[in-house]
Amino acid sequence: MGNKLTTSHKVLLLKGVIHLTAFLPLLNLYYLAFNDLLGADPVQRVIHFTGIGALNLLLITLTVSPMAKRFKQGYLLQVRRVLGLYAFSYAFMHVLNFLAFDLQFAWSLFFSEVFKRPYITIGMVAFILLLALAVTSVNSIKRKMGKSWQRLHNVSYLIVILVSVHFYWSVKSELMTPLFYLLITSGLLAFRYKKIKTLILSMFVNKTR
Amino acid sequence: MLIKISKRSDLKESDITPENVYMNRRELLKGMGFLGAGALLANSASANAIDWFNKDEIAQFKTTPLKYKADANTDKLILTPENKVITHNNFYEFGAQKHQPAELAQGFNVNPWQLSISGECDNPITLDYDDLFTMFPLREEIRRERCVEAWSMVVPWIGFSLADLLKRVAPNSSAKYLVFETLHDPEKMPGQSDRRLGGGIDFPYVEGLRIDEAMNPLTLMSVGLYGKTLPPQNGAPIRLVVPWKYGFKSIKSVVSIKLVSEQPQTTWHKLAPREYGFYANVNPNHDHPRWSQATERRITSGGLFSRNRIETLPFNGYGEEVADMYKAMDLNKYY
Repeated sequence: MGNKLTTSHKVLLLKGVIHLTAFLPLLNLYYLAFNDLLGADPVQRVIHFTGIGALNLLLITLTVSPMAKRFKQGYLLQVRRVLGLYAFSYAFMHVLNFLAFDLQFAWSLFFSEVFKRPYITIGMVAFILLLALAVTSVNSIKRKMGKSWQRLHNVSYLIVILVSVHFYWSVKSELMTPLFYLLITSGLLAFRYKKIKTLILSMFVNKTR
Repeated sequence: MLIKISKRSDLKESDITPENVYMNRRELLKGMGFLGAGALLANSASANAIDWFNKDEIAQFKTTPLKYKADANTDKLILTPENKVITHNNFYEFGAQKHQPAELAQGFNVNPWQLSISGECDNPITLDYDDLFTMFPLREEIRRERCVEAWSMVVPWIGFSLADLLKRVAPNSSAKYLVFETLHDPEKMPGQSDRRLGGGIDFPYVEGLRIDEAMNPLTLMSVGLYGKTLPPQNGAPIRLVVPWKYGFKSIKSVVSIKLVSEQPQTTWHKLAPREYGFYANVNPNHDHPRWSQATERRITSGGLFSRNRIETLPFNGYGEEVADMYKAMDLNKYY
């Protein structure tokens, strides 16, 4: 059956699946949370759900290229942007939940927490970088940026490391889950060993220009 | 005896969302004939697809009504709804996620039970299950509970003073500290046999108090809440309640209290000494390394929009009763 589908149909189908599986859980989450049907502390639940969701989506986004290469399915690359934007949306809700529902817009506390707590600091750095990637994902901006676009978007490797460490540092005990995530992250970056090595080397070369 | 609580920390009516939303839900559940299964329904609403299939098979733990002297609640503290008190628990023996104990502890059998009080005392004793409820007159105490994770509740506990129990065993002059231990039974407590479920902490759970803290009239041995015996997720059949300290001091499902001469090593303190002190007095001026302790979110009724962030009070608002015990101490050093 798959063979009869054209590539554009496959992309469309895949995007549909992504929208359903990424957006519906978010809708369900906030419906339950606003109606106090999400356990005793809905605030903690929405913070954790969107945080883990953002990390999952980041990792899935980073799985696309190696998969496309390995199975020679080039069309897969076309869903990277929608996945990345969902990762950003989850991260945005994660930060908003913390500010609006946990700290309840106590801005001074928000800023002191961001600067005082290393795990929140790196989480916020990751979010700002992710914001930059989301903004530059618009086609017209992408075209204008030329080659520097790819250079900027290579930052996604740094982001996924920051987010995994953010998760690891935020946990009280039970380190197995965050360690598992760190392992997956390392695995996905290992696929790109050569590219990352070149990137790091080029950083030093650029300085001499 | 009845203890007066200082009034300055009372929640104002405007601090919380009205309870009627929550109560309506309970009425609805009653109407559907689901009384008592409310906890499960509340969770199934948020559960994932896999959970939907085995929810019905879990038999609810049976609590029984208690006879006790009611707390007049002269300070008009607004209670955290019962359904939240019994579904939001840090009890790693039944899972490290807060909704897990309410799900995984329902089959926990607490009768028979034995609680031994031993060590540096003249009359060591062992209490059986029935003794827990009959040895001393029970009274209700409505108390603020502050978790080290910066959330809090108001709970109507039922129990008796630890001081009354200690008078029975007659501590000797070497008794300077108390060591409490939770039951260690990996077959009955799944978190103790599965490291991931149990959050990677050491078992049995151990906590401790200084003898003067243990003798303070605020220190309660609780056997019930909301008029009934404790559900297992809240530490059935007997637990400690030390309302001016962070919640992890209030050890659950206690089987042993030992009087000792040296300050004991306690579970969380051993795991992360910089984060969890032996004293663990609620102190808005001493931050946990990973979050501020200056404020807290009071868990009441209401969903995401409840404006429930309030100032945290020194000694959780019980300073008048307990601050004297720490007069000579640097509370930033002995946190």
